[in-house]
Amino acid sequence: MAIRETNARHEALGLDDDDLRRMHYYMLLARRVDERSWILNRQGKAAFVISCQGQEGAQVGAACNLRPGNDYLYPYYRDSGMTMLLGQTPRDQFLSLLGKEEDPNSGGRQMPGHYSDRKLNIVTASAPVGVQYPQAAGTALAFKMRGEDGVVLVCGGEASTSGGDWHEAMNFAGIHDLPVVFFVENNVYAISVPAKFQVAGSIAKRAEGYGFPGHEVDGNDVLAVYEVAKEAFERARAGAGPTLIEAKTYRMTAHSSDDDDRRYREREEIEEWRQKDPIIRFEKYLIENGVLEEAERDEISDRIKAEVAEASEYAENAPFAEPDDVLTGVYAEG
Amino acid sequence: MATKNLLQAIHEGLAEEMRADESIMVLGEDVGRAGGVFRVTQGLVEEFGTTRVMDTPLAESLIVGSAIGLSVNGMRPVAEIQFGDFIPPAFDQIINEAAKFYYRSNGAWNCPLTIRAPYGVVPGGALYHSQSIEAWFCNTPGLKVVAPTFPADAKAMIKSAIRDPNPVLFLEHKRTYRLIKEEVPENGHEVRLGKARVHREGADITVVAYGLMLYAALEVANKLSEEQGVETEVVEPRTLYPLDNETILDSAKKTGKVLVVSEANLTGSFSGEIAAIVAREAFEWLDGPVTRLGAPDVPAAAFARPMMDRFLPSAEEIEAAMLELARY
Repeated sequence: MAIRETNARHEALGLDDDDLRRMHYYMLLARRVDERSWILNRQGKAAFVISCQGQEGAQVGAACNLRPGNDYLYPYYRDSGMTMLLGQTPRDQFLSLLGKEEDPNSGGRQMPGHYSDRKLNIVTASAPVGVQYPQAAGTALAFKMRGEDGVVLVCGGEASTSGGDWHEAMNFAGIHDLPVVFFVENNVYAISVPAKFQVAGSIAKRAEGYGFPGHEVDGNDVLAVYEVAKEAFERARAGAGPTLIEAKTYRMTAHSSDDDDRRYREREEIEEWRQKDPIIRFEKYLIENGVLEEAERDEISDRIKAEVAEASEYAENAPFAEPDDVLTGVYAEG
Repeated sequence: MATKNLLQAIHEGLAEEMRADESIMVLGEDVGRAGGVFRVTQGLVEEFGTTRVMDTPLAESLIVGSAIGLSVNGMRPVAEIQFGDFIPPAFDQIINEAAKFYYRSNGAWNCPLTIRAPYGVVPGGALYHSQSIEAWFCNTPGLKVVAPTFPADAKAMIKSAIRDPNPVLFLEHKRTYRLIKEEVPENGHEVRLGKARVHREGADITVVAYGLMLYAALEVANKLSEEQGVETEVVEPRTLYPLDNETILDSAKKTGKVLVVSEANLTGSFSGEIAAIVAREAFEWLDGPVTRLGAPDVPAAAFARPMMDRFLPSAEEIEAAMLELARY
């Protein structure tokens, strides 16, 4: 009986077994790329790591709704699950991590996690938190002005809602019913500051004040995130306007490789969230529902491991850009 | 050919571009039915509608940030900041975002975006409707900063700014909006960004100036020519960043004496950059100290007229500085 109920869950969302396998693959891929990145950092090969760990379910659940190259994505620095789902590869991630010439985000100019890909409509990201929101609203306005059905997905952590840019963009999107999905990955920490000192009341409920729906969702449940995001994308595509989604999740690593989170949070708290790991939860669902056999899961895991090892090696051996490249490409010609 | 003042010329440039290309739009506070507080966008909303001439909420970061987002999705927005003094909330979007998109994406993304901002001292403007903001932005590779002063140039340069694939900050001195009228060609007059203009040739001294100070310098130059036989070459950068070093240096080498005048607070002003370039690159030709005139290092112009006038370099001060240089 339980199985039939859970079965109905993804089927009701219009997802077949291949869709679920694809979601699982990218969640696990993002996790393994991330883990490998930390190893490269500890080996002294990668200067800086910023992680997606714990947020893969939220990222994949939301980004599944994007049509690559048509819709626009404004990711934030943890969204490797999104950028790989859209078409960036593990090689791309490691090339960026190591600052190599072939890094598709910036050719070695930016820190890792500052995504950019013109052909995938991933708009170049930076480090100041929250600046992406007004930009996303503008991109959505362009779609609306031309009568196109493109949707903009814009992401940030819970602290990105504290500054003015988020509110200015929410207000503007509400005024003009813009086709934008505000996706807040509430991972509880902004470096060391916990959400209780970052967020008054509820992020999701703020949408009501701006005149459009806001949903709070279990961010570690990929199907739950997919469900609310699907509705948000459909609403945007239909011209009905923006939606805010607050995905409640958890940052399982330190803020970055330069941060020591033992200074500000208890190990027990992390352990509690490990029990709610979105990948473990999804694998349990897949196995219970006969989508994946345990052996098949192990085979996928091995395949990803090999893929990650190959990609890492490729990037390690890839050349840096010429030093003089730093002097080029300041202004566009034309 | 019709004679037009500066704001009419900018208006005409905007309207012509919008007629020619429907991806071009304007957005900002009061740009719609009100036609802008200075009337630069008057009539545009009637011709192009409320979406292409969009009144935005009072939120400068949103105005520039959304313009960036429009520009990466097929549009060519012209964002208006009502007064340059109110541009700081948009600083992040201009400095860290628009100016860096192209470089940081290794050439994948660019922002064809124009930001118009009135600047400069105007009677009654006081601290927050008067500031010269150019120096804040002339240290930002990836951004272009232009400040045309004459109507025909302004019309040509707003068109160049709109067509430019990079973000351009387009500064308009408020007190020059209605100061003079001149013949402004209907179409076809082109001024590419990054090119200075020599307004008046002379062999004795060079004055580099822009905005209201350019008019003052030209008047003093004519007076000194008539009364004292001192011939001044007056150079207007038109584009401040990147600067047309060559035209300024050619003049400096010709006269050997250079005065830079602006109404910005002197310390750290962009005139310092011009002076540094002249001092280094034209050193062997110089016959006098590279000299600067600007506003005193107080926050901004005052509301009361006598204090406002005291803030600006006066015609007398400009004349004295020019004569002092001429006598070297």
